[in-house]
This record gives sequence, C-alpha cells and structure tokens, in this order.
Amino acid sequence: MARAQHGPSARSFRWPAAGLALAAVLGSATVAGAAGVGQPVPWQMDLQQPVTEVAREIYNFHHLLNWIMGAVVLFVLGLLIAVIVKFNERAQPTPSRTTHNTMLEVAWTIVPVLILVAIAIPSFRVLRAQLSDPKADLMVKVIGHAWYWSYEYPQDVGGFKFDANLIEGEDQVKSGQPKLLATDNEMVVPVNKIVKIQVTAADVMHSWALPSFGFKIDAIPGRLNQFWFKADREGVYHGQCSELCGQRHAYMPITVRVVSDAAFQAWTAEAKTKFAATGDGARFASAR
Amino acid sequence: MAVATTHGHDEAHEHVPPFFQRWFNSTNHKDIGTLYLLFAFSAGIVGAFLSFGIRMEMEAPGLQYFSNPQTYNVFVTGHGLIMVFFMVMPALIGGFGNWFVPLMIGAPDMAFPRMNNISFWLTVAGFFSLVCSLFVEGAPGAVGAGTGWTVYPPLSTAGHPGPAVDFAIFALHLSGAGSILGAINFITTILNMRAPGMTLHKMPLFAWSMLVTAFLLLLSLPVLAGAITMLLTDRNFGTTFFDPAGGGDPILYQHLFWFFGHPEVYIMILPAFGIVSHIIATFSKKPVFGYLAMAYAMVAIGVVGFVVWAHHMYTVGLSLQTQSYFVFATMVIAVPTGVKIFSWIATMWGGSIRFTAAMHWAVGFVFLFTVGGVTGVILANAAVDRYLHDTYYVVAHFHYVLSLGAVFIIFAGVYYWFPKMTGRIIPEWAGKLHFWLAFIGANVLFFPMHFLGLAGMPRRYADYPEAFAGWHWVATMGGHIFALGMVVFVIGIVLAFRSKERAADNPWGEGATTLEWTLSSPPPFHQYETLPVIVDEPSHAH
Repeated sequence: MARAQHGPSARSFRWPAAGLALAAVLGSATVAGAAGVGQPVPWQMDLQQPVTEVAREIYNFHHLLNWIMGAVVLFVLGLLIAVIVKFNERAQPTPSRTTHNTMLEVAWTIVPVLILVAIAIPSFRVLRAQLSDPKADLMVKVIGHAWYWSYEYPQDVGGFKFDANLIEGEDQVKSGQPKLLATDNEMVVPVNKIVKIQVTAADVMHSWALPSFGFKIDAIPGRLNQFWFKADREGVYHGQCSELCGQRHAYMPITVRVVSDAAFQAWTAEAKTKFAATGDGARFASAR
Repeated sequence: MAVATTHGHDEAHEHVPPFFQRWFNSTNHKDIGTLYLLFAFSAGIVGAFLSFGIRMEMEAPGLQYFSNPQTYNVFVTGHGLIMVFFMVMPALIGGFGNWFVPLMIGAPDMAFPRMNNISFWLTVAGFFSLVCSLFVEGAPGAVGAGTGWTVYPPLSTAGHPGPAVDFAIFALHLSGAGSILGAINFITTILNMRAPGMTLHKMPLFAWSMLVTAFLLLLSLPVLAGAITMLLTDRNFGTTFFDPAGGGDPILYQHLFWFFGHPEVYIMILPAFGIVSHIIATFSKKPVFGYLAMAYAMVAIGVVGFVVWAHHMYTVGLSLQTQSYFVFATMVIAVPTGVKIFSWIATMWGGSIRFTAAMHWAVGFVFLFTVGGVTGVILANAAVDRYLHDTYYVVAHFHYVLSLGAVFIIFAGVYYWFPKMTGRIIPEWAGKLHFWLAFIGANVLFFPMHFLGLAGMPRRYADYPEAFAGWHWVATMGGHIFALGMVVFVIGIVLAFRSKERAADNPWGEGATTLEWTLSSPPPFHQYETLPVIVDEPSHAH
C-alpha cells in the first residue's frame, strides 16, 4: 500500500506515456493481483480485487455479464459491418422491399428473453446472498457527517467511538498512505468474522462504500441501514463516500483495517483507553 | 409508408407577419420549432461550457481550476439540468417535434398554436431562472446549486440554505409546465389532426414516438412538480415532507423523483428512436422493417418505463423482494429495445444504402446505443449495481445512451432535415467529418469511464486519488476531439448559409416517403391549405 506502487503521477503524464498505456493495462491485472488490493491501481480496467465472498460473487457475475454483453455488442457490430459492406449503393443498386419476416421477429424477441432469464438466475442468487442476514460476530455503527465518518463500537468490545478524517497535506506525505483514500483513524475489524454495520447520517446523505468488499450502503438521516461483510484477508482496504454530500464530498474516504483476532483484541483494548480519553468519544480531531 | 397526394397549396400569396410579431408572438409551428432549435443550441453551448470546466478539472488529480470543490458540484449540476431540460428536450421535442409532427401527419399546424408559443417562452423563462441560480448563494459561502440534477434532500434543503436551489426549482417548474402544455398539444394534434386516410397504424414512426413521449411527459412531469413543490415548502415554509426530524423521509423524495426521472430518460430517447427510423428507411430506400412492432415497442418501453424507477435506488436499503422486482422489471425493457435495434438493422438489410452524413450519424447511433444498452442491462442487476452505483460506470452508461444516443440523433436530425427546414445544404463533407470527430471523440471520452467506474471512482468528485489519473486524462483528450467536431458543425452551417446552392423539395430521393418531402424546401409559411389524402399502398396492405 506504499506510494511507490502508484507509478508516474498524472502531472508528468504526456503523449509518449499514452503509447505505453496498453502495456500498463495488460500489466494491471497482475499488479492488481499483488499490490493493489484494497485500492485502485493506475490504468485499472477491472473491478477491484475482491476480499469477501460477496465481492467475489459480484466479481464473477460481472465477468459473466461482460462476456454475454460483449457477445451481444460484437453480434450487432458484425451485422452492421455486414450491412455496410453488402448493402451499400454500389454493392446493391436495387433495394429489396422486405418489411416482414415473422420467424426473425419472433426469434429476436425470444432469444433476448432467454438471455435475460439466463442472467436473472445468477443475478437473484448473488442478490439473495448479499441481502441475507447472518448472525453478526461484531456490530459497528457508522455515522456519516459532512465531511467525515464516525464509528461506534458496542459495549462488548469496549464501547468507544471515534471520528475518521482524511489525512491530507504534509501528514499524508509523511504517512505514506495513498492520497485521498486514507483516514487518520481506521475502522479495525477481525478477519473471517461477520461484521455487521449499521449506517446512518447526521446531516445530509452519504454512502459508505468499500469496493473490495462489494459493499455500498447509503447513510440516510432518520434511517438505520444495515449491511454485512466477512473479509477473508488481512490488510488495509479503502473506499470513498458515494453519495453527493456537498463541498468536501471527495474528501471523506473510508479506511478499514482487517486484522487477526489477537490483533483486534489488542486494538480494542488500546482504542478503549485512547478514545475514552477524549471524552466519551467526542471529537478528538478537528473536523471541517 | 403510404402514398400521399397534396394539391394546390398556395405558396405565392402567404402573409408572413413582421419580425417581432413573427418571432416573439409566434403561433406558427415551424417558427416555434426553429425557436426551440436555436434555444437548444444556445443552451447547449452553456451546458457544453460547463462540461468543459468539468473535464478540464478532471484531467489531473488535485484542484486545478476550482478553488472551491462546491463550485465544481455546481458545474456538474448545471451541466446535467441544462443538457436534460434545456438542450435535449427542446431540440428533440420542441424543435423537431414542432417542425415535423404536423408536416408528417398532414396537419396545417399544431392543435393549440398559442399554447405552443407559451410552451416555448416558459422554457426560456425556466432557463433564465436556472442561470440565475448559478449566481446566487446556495451552500453557505458558495454560489449556485451543487445538488446534482436529482436535487436530493437533505443536501438540497439543509445543505443549501441560500436561494440558488429555489431558483433551480422554479426553473424546473417553468420548463415542466411548458413541457406539460407541449405534451397536451402533441397528443391533441396527433389524435385529432391527422390527414384523411392516415390511421394511427399508417402514421410515421416519428409521430408515434412523439405520441408516446407526450404521454410520458403528461404522466411523469406532474410527479416531479409535486416533489419539487414539497422540496420548496420544506425549504421555505417549515414543512417536513423529507425531513426525519418532523416525521418525513428523504427516501420519499427519491421515489417521487425517479418515478419522474426514469420515464424522463425515455422522454429523451424515444423521439430519437423515431428520427433514426426515418433516416435509416430513407437512405436504405426501404420501408421500415416491422413497422407495427417498432411502434408498439415504443409503447411497451413507455409503459414499462414507469415501473422500474427504483433501480436508481438499489443502495438506499430496499428489501430483497423490492430489489428483485426492480431487477426483473428493468431487464424486461431490454426486449422491446432489442426489437428496435434488430429492426433497424433489418431495415438496412437488403437495402441500397446511401451513406450520407445523416446516415453516418444514424448507423453510429445504432452501435453506440447498443453499447449503452448492454451496460444498462449490467447495471439493472442490483447485485452488481451494489458495486457500480454512483461510480463513473454509471456516468459512462448514461452518456452512451444520451450523449452518444440522443445527441447523435439531434445531429442526425439536423443533417437530415436541414435542407427541408432552410432550403439550404450543409456540405456532406462537413457532416461526415463532424461525425467522425464526434464518434472517435465521444468514445475516447466516455469509454474509459467504464474502467474508472470498475476501479471504483465515485461520481461527482472534484478531486480523486492518483490511480484514476490515466483514464481521466484520456477522457479529457476525447472531450477535445468532440469539441473540435462542434467547430466543424458550425462551419458546415455557416457554409450552408453562404452558399447559393438551394435544396430540392426532396433531396433524398425515392426513400424519403413521408409527407414533409412533398412540400417545398423550406415549406410554405402555411402548408396543407388543402389537406393531403393518404391512399392505400398495395404493398403495405398485406
């Protein structure tokens, strides 16, 4: 997750580099496989590397859709090219008068229906998995504010809350964390445990999104939305607010650190004292 | 379609009113259509200027041009509202609809000529209200409404205490009222004023598309008007329709907005479907393939378009059953849309295609709309939309169906009907060069946005992590190419007016069978003083 993985910055990017774009694209799959987990990589063309079962299902289902839809587009493109080549004025001086063909018309109604049914079956399966409601190992309440997130952990792990603000400017450079993606405090959760989050907002709507978890749920004032994930890989994962919320919409990222059980225990013990010291979870970092 | 005969329209002795009377108190459908087209072009320039600001800022990470990201949000909002309400709709519905629905159905004018005039000026007034909103305070310390075109509360209420959002709401009210009046006018005209012998099932597809569009406007716009009125009273009179503190719910607004908003996307694309059918039939020198299926596919799209709205809301916390229903209903729309795509190709199949500028745009549209359509099927799946919602993937999708769909057909319509409307000829090379620049530019501009969305780049971001820089840079370069195409477009129009060459009544030959081509170019100020009579064509009555 070091800065070095980001390659050349956009400012230094010029035409010759565009020529290398394809190479970078081809390389991106392997880069994503190793270094880019939990955040986007330059020239990425695919979904972020999934680290939950749900995200993996989204990933695979999206690939299936891509193949089907790619075939549809190529089929239409092929027909258009055939039409352009075979039925231009020079190749075909006299037009036919055909305006009906019942078999064809039935076929191009039925075949799309069959394709859509073939899509719908896995679609509903993945959707059911996403919206299932397994028993939670850990519950975290997430509150969207303009423009930062706050997290509340329940009594059984210590009962503390804290804010997570964007690390920017000098601090960001010093931290070595990716720009606009990292927060000063991270939401820490144990690996291979079902984490349920309840999401709401204090002022305007926000949306808590974490691409590598296949996760997005709107934070809405007056509503408590619930969603779950089970990350099966330790690491740091980044997301960004995904509902327009005003001036600093682009500056309230989400950082989740997935750690081992033991490390999680240690963190909660530390967090309990650290965040309690700031007065019942009141803001300890100045939020804009 | 059908063979038509016109007799004895008197072109020599027509009374054309003086300038002010003609253009400011107009009751002539062609003049009002021209006003709409000029207005759409002017508003389009403003909308394009805003998108230029967006694209310049997005060229590289960091804030280059906008010191305050809220101003960027205002640009995004203004771009969306202007392009939807003041560019695409006035061009396709007010412009081409006014010009060609009466001509195609053999009517002397629209049913309510004076109401037609007020429709136009309400739209202009709405546009000025929207422009005003750009210059008054919205969010604290910043001018303009930065709410997105969806104007979701609480950002549009608590988040924008200044009057900018009120101005934007008035803009939608005014243009919405104008559109509702226009819709009433189109429905009345099409149902009552068709030439003798022109049954609904002989009516040209553009008139069909406008009939369906008018019903969508009539049924959906009042819902938007209601929603934004509630927003207005929440903002100014202490009601709490959308404020949980008083028992309201922000999600109610989203349901109301998208009950309008989804039919709205068909309002923008159905007229384009109508136009593209005529262009393809004309230049293939063949009647439209599967005419009735084409007409009723549009009806089906219109009807189903009303029951799919919550696919814009998969992440708000809808239940499994609700999401499943909206997945299913949304995918159904792909079927009639597929019928249209394949019927256009079948119309060309076996034809003797003349690749004029207009035909370039039409064929380009069929391909690009297919690309935008299949990404729509992908997004319809709530399971995948969980990831892609509110990312650049969505931006790519709706620009493929609108910017490369509706807008391509606006240009196709200009190149197709310009000789009829003005009697002048845009050089074919200009139309083709414009097409290739727009086709390449728009693809370079919008295709990489799919990759950005897949990589997780959220929408409506003034600044972004460095990993997204590459594709954003490519997209901006595509924007420049597209802009270059617009320069060629303007050059083509200027050359047309400078040239002494005049268009024939029917410059497109045997394939152009609709009634407007039986008139002079440009048509007389008042046409069809004797109504044309539609007689049965044997080949059509099988």
